[in-house]
Amino acid sequence: MSAAAEAHGHGHGHGDANLHPPPIHYSSRIAPQIVGIFLFIGSEIMLFGSFFTVYFFDRVVNNTHPWPPIDPSTGHQFERPWFVALVNTCILVTSSFTMHWATVSIKRNHRAGLQAGMVLTILLGLTFLLTQVIEYHRLGFNTGDTSFAATFFGLTGLHGCHVFIGLVILTVMAVRAFRGHFSPEHHHGIEVGGIYWHFVDVMWIVVYVTVYIL
Amino acid sequence: MRNPFRTEEEAFRFVWLTILYSGLIVAGSFINAWVGLGVFVVETAAVSWWILSRGRRERPVRQIPPPHPEGERRILVVANETVGGAELLDEIRRRSQGVKEHVLVVVPALNSPLKHWTSDEDDAREAAQQRLEASLAAMRKSGIEARGEVGDSDPLQAIEDAIRTFAPDELIISTHPPERSHWLERNVVGSARERFALPVTHVVVARAEAGVPAGPEQAPSR
Repeated sequence: MSAAAEAHGHGHGHGDANLHPPPIHYSSRIAPQIVGIFLFIGSEIMLFGSFFTVYFFDRVVNNTHPWPPIDPSTGHQFERPWFVALVNTCILVTSSFTMHWATVSIKRNHRAGLQAGMVLTILLGLTFLLTQVIEYHRLGFNTGDTSFAATFFGLTGLHGCHVFIGLVILTVMAVRAFRGHFSPEHHHGIEVGGIYWHFVDVMWIVVYVTVYIL
Repeated sequence: MRNPFRTEEEAFRFVWLTILYSGLIVAGSFINAWVGLGVFVVETAAVSWWILSRGRRERPVRQIPPPHPEGERRILVVANETVGGAELLDEIRRRSQGVKEHVLVVVPALNSPLKHWTSDEDDAREAAQQRLEASLAAMRKSGIEARGEVGDSDPLQAIEDAIRTFAPDELIISTHPPERSHWLERNVVGSARERFALPVTHVVVARAEAGVPAGPEQAPSR
């Protein structure tokens, strides 16, 4: 019969034990990888929040009438291409579907579904980005044309950057999927990438409603 | 509160909730800007209330303990200042009769709310470690084979963490009598019975054994 205490808490005031960091103490409620992506998304929300703050400051505090304001170069209101953006929204929402399909497929050990889901998600993401670039070219105004234009490009451009980063992540995931890296038991790479992609989708819905519709 | 981005599936569901949430605001704003604002406020309040109330009802995933060898019994003991009490030692001995017992003692590192939120938990963990070592010494004297660890400051979280790593067959929670037990005031025993799928025994220790240091002076709220 013996009793033994584990080493937690040792080292306070015991010579060189203080040279080492304390033992890791973390909750088992949630996997560290998920905590990581959650913190990352938290910081992203703060980043988008700062851009939205600028947008609403310009819109509400500056009290610009009408909204969108008058373009000084043409004398007409700025036009927001809400219909093209709506099509783009549908494309991005569809990509969330294909992403979810990919995740469900690997959970069911359906590798072809995973690969097809990843490829379709990447293609839809690329289409979204390409459409946005074309939309920028046809807008008729640029970042320097009033604060409205600056905030418009700021918010949509920030989101576009996130889509680009998401596409890089998706590409890595797809390459790994084609190399047979994931399994029903081990697919954190897909899970975490999927969470990021859905987050990008959620942010676009907020950006679309705020910038193009309201 | 439950993290809406906990899994890919939940994040996917969140996309649809966002569409619904935004769609209602847009519909309201088409009627009138103030209606849109009103919808936004009502929706946000409703969602906040739902998230907070749902968070309180959240249940952990029930763990299925791995099969143990024949005649082996794993007992998880959770206690703080009562960890060296005679009643507790008697109960462990009673439970260990006729089987090869494995006892894990978890002492939550109880802390004051202010220190908890400022992550100042070194003193709390140090004190819990001292209580643990004293109690293990008391158990050793009583002939009980046990090991121990300092747990989360929340006793229920400490239990859940230990269940995942130790896979016990039963749980013993030791507290002071009702008139001086913070844990009973917070219904820790009742919550443990509700949350964990294993037999829970509540042992009331009238007076802790001498030599076991007391917990923090401030009433722990977690």
